[in-house]
Amino acid sequence: MSHYMRPQPLDRKFLTPGVIVLLLLAANGLAWLAGRFLFGIGAVTNLNNQYPWGIWIGIDVAAGVALAAGGFTTAALGHVMHREAYHVVVRPALLTAMLGYTMVAVGVSIDIGRYYYIWHPLIMWNGSSALFEVGMCVMIYMTVLYIEFLPIVTERFIGRVNLPGPLAGLNAPVDRLLRLLDRTLDRTMFVFIIMGVVLSTLHQSSLGTLMIIAGPKMHPLWQTPILPLLFLLSAVAVGFPMVIFESLIASRSFGLKPEMPVLGRLGRMVVPLLGIYLAFKLGDLFIREAFVHLKTVTVESVMYVVEILFGIVVPLRMFMTRSVQKSPLLLFVAAALVVGGVLLNRINNFVVAYTPPYATEAYFPSIGEISVTVGFIAILVLLYRVIVLNFPVIGLPDRTLMPASKYSVRG
Amino acid sequence: MKSPSRRSFLKAGTAITAAAAGLTPRVAQAGPANILSPDRLGVLVDTTVCIGCRNCEWACKIAHDMPTPPLETYEDAAPMQEMRRPDETALTVVNKYDHPARPDLPTTVKVQCMHCDHPACVSACIVGAISKQADGAVLWDTDMCIGCRYCMVACPFQIPAFEYHKAIQPRIMKCDFCTDRRKEGKLPGCVEACPVEALTFGPREELVRVARDKIRRNPDRYLDHIYGEREVGGTSWMYLADRKFEELAFPKLAQDPAPGVSESIQHGIFAYFVPPVSLYALLGAVMWTTRHKHDDEVELL
Repeated sequence: MSHYMRPQPLDRKFLTPGVIVLLLLAANGLAWLAGRFLFGIGAVTNLNNQYPWGIWIGIDVAAGVALAAGGFTTAALGHVMHREAYHVVVRPALLTAMLGYTMVAVGVSIDIGRYYYIWHPLIMWNGSSALFEVGMCVMIYMTVLYIEFLPIVTERFIGRVNLPGPLAGLNAPVDRLLRLLDRTLDRTMFVFIIMGVVLSTLHQSSLGTLMIIAGPKMHPLWQTPILPLLFLLSAVAVGFPMVIFESLIASRSFGLKPEMPVLGRLGRMVVPLLGIYLAFKLGDLFIREAFVHLKTVTVESVMYVVEILFGIVVPLRMFMTRSVQKSPLLLFVAAALVVGGVLLNRINNFVVAYTPPYATEAYFPSIGEISVTVGFIAILVLLYRVIVLNFPVIGLPDRTLMPASKYSVRG
Repeated sequence: MKSPSRRSFLKAGTAITAAAAGLTPRVAQAGPANILSPDRLGVLVDTTVCIGCRNCEWACKIAHDMPTPPLETYEDAAPMQEMRRPDETALTVVNKYDHPARPDLPTTVKVQCMHCDHPACVSACIVGAISKQADGAVLWDTDMCIGCRYCMVACPFQIPAFEYHKAIQPRIMKCDFCTDRRKEGKLPGCVEACPVEALTFGPREELVRVARDKIRRNPDRYLDHIYGEREVGGTSWMYLADRKFEELAFPKLAQDPAPGVSESIQHGIFAYFVPPVSLYALLGAVMWTTRHKHDDEVELL
């Protein structure tokens, strides 16, 4: 069936009650953000000299990068391994990754004290810094994602360039330029696709290296030298669940038929990926004998158990079941659990596990921090909506490609 | 994406490999290990001598042109009742710890940047704004810093502070070992201000000898442990005490340099770009060999 799908701009109106809620959340986030720029980070956040990093790093940056992993995992599956059947999910995943990394970049810029020096790492290098590597990789990968998205833009406008008023004379030259760009991209795209996968494996793992330098300041349930490996494995494991998660939300929101055969198949592929992650996570826990910290009930031990149980074990069991692979609702629950589990893992690593030696009171994000993070996510969803309404991202059944049939597919 | 033609694939592949090989990784960066001078300086803090007068706190603010209350106000010992930490308004503070055996004679401990020989902050800094000087000081460069606060995450002593309430040019604030004063031939502000010579300034190796000598001559007075001699690979500031350092709120740290395994991991992943380039080649090979595959397995589910 997916062979007859063709990505097309969706014909829906932009404003819905849900969109209005998102607009309000976005406006609230931006208002708090204005406070950060006018009065400093301390005015809006609960960050202090004990807790230098909060949810802006833990969620906006670390979880943002992890949850954008659908971009490189589907690119590897669809383009590198040429599993053409999955192409229907590649474009939405690419769009999510592109928007996700944009949010990561914006998230970093607002969290650093001197946002106007964000370009410094480009010319001031520190090869021993994990953060430097993460920064460089994210910057390059974001560019690669924009390049990977360009063919969608050229596809949208080729033959349809219609500049307003006096610029109309430029229609033909712009069209020629787009066609040239399209041809060039078509020939060189594989370079960027492979590059995107390599860059992703690099910085997904280096994000894990980040907290290793905190040494004893990080709770032993999470502090381990194999953190980079765990971060990479969890990013690979969360890629497909994230694609399933957003694909089911999108089809619901736009009233489309869910891509169940493809999504169910993706869900089955999650099993070994999540299984390997679980094996390393538990193996690490036992080899380091960190399980002793689970004997007492603390915030850390509870968070750890929740992360493993509901983020890995339950969804793993679910994805193994055939009925789950066929039911949109159950598949959605399983995918949402993995997404929530990885989100929680990043929050745990960067916020919960961080226990500075001279902390007087524990960190909890302020209303301002939460507002900004929620606002960013709202803007992300809004941009996703704007783009799929205007660009060929989501695959729709194409009658011209479909064999004549008595029944038509709703969509 | 359409399958690329064989020629363009090979051409671009070669270009990428050449470009990657042409990039020289800066792994051979002048790390602290290479620049540590045997004559590097340090300070030995004898907590058994310190009387908790807090003159050093006052002198530190004067030396750094920070808002400073008059010296008389420092005679008040009340602030020492609660545990304080150096912050963006005070680069050094003195804390008081009651002694269980002698309530009238508490131990007072001056806290500031330890100026590690292998500083975690230097290793962590994204732009290399923090550097270990040959003379022992760990210095921060305002022209480079982007304010990411990773140094604060990395520091095992929880020292660097940040000006959270400045919207423009917030600074990382920490002891700079009075580098400007020393250039003028003066002692660090705190050392000069100490009325009882609890602080001894000099070459670090000499200070270790002095400390050992003190311990050897007064085994009853001192615990046989120079804090900072070996902790996190050695620090420029070192401490003597008559009781366990954990009782004085010093973190219990291993002898490995503070950056720990993070640098080895970082350099392992990027060993002359071999791992990333190999991965690139592998993925390229997979892409090339599967280019004609058209699976219909989804239909079979």
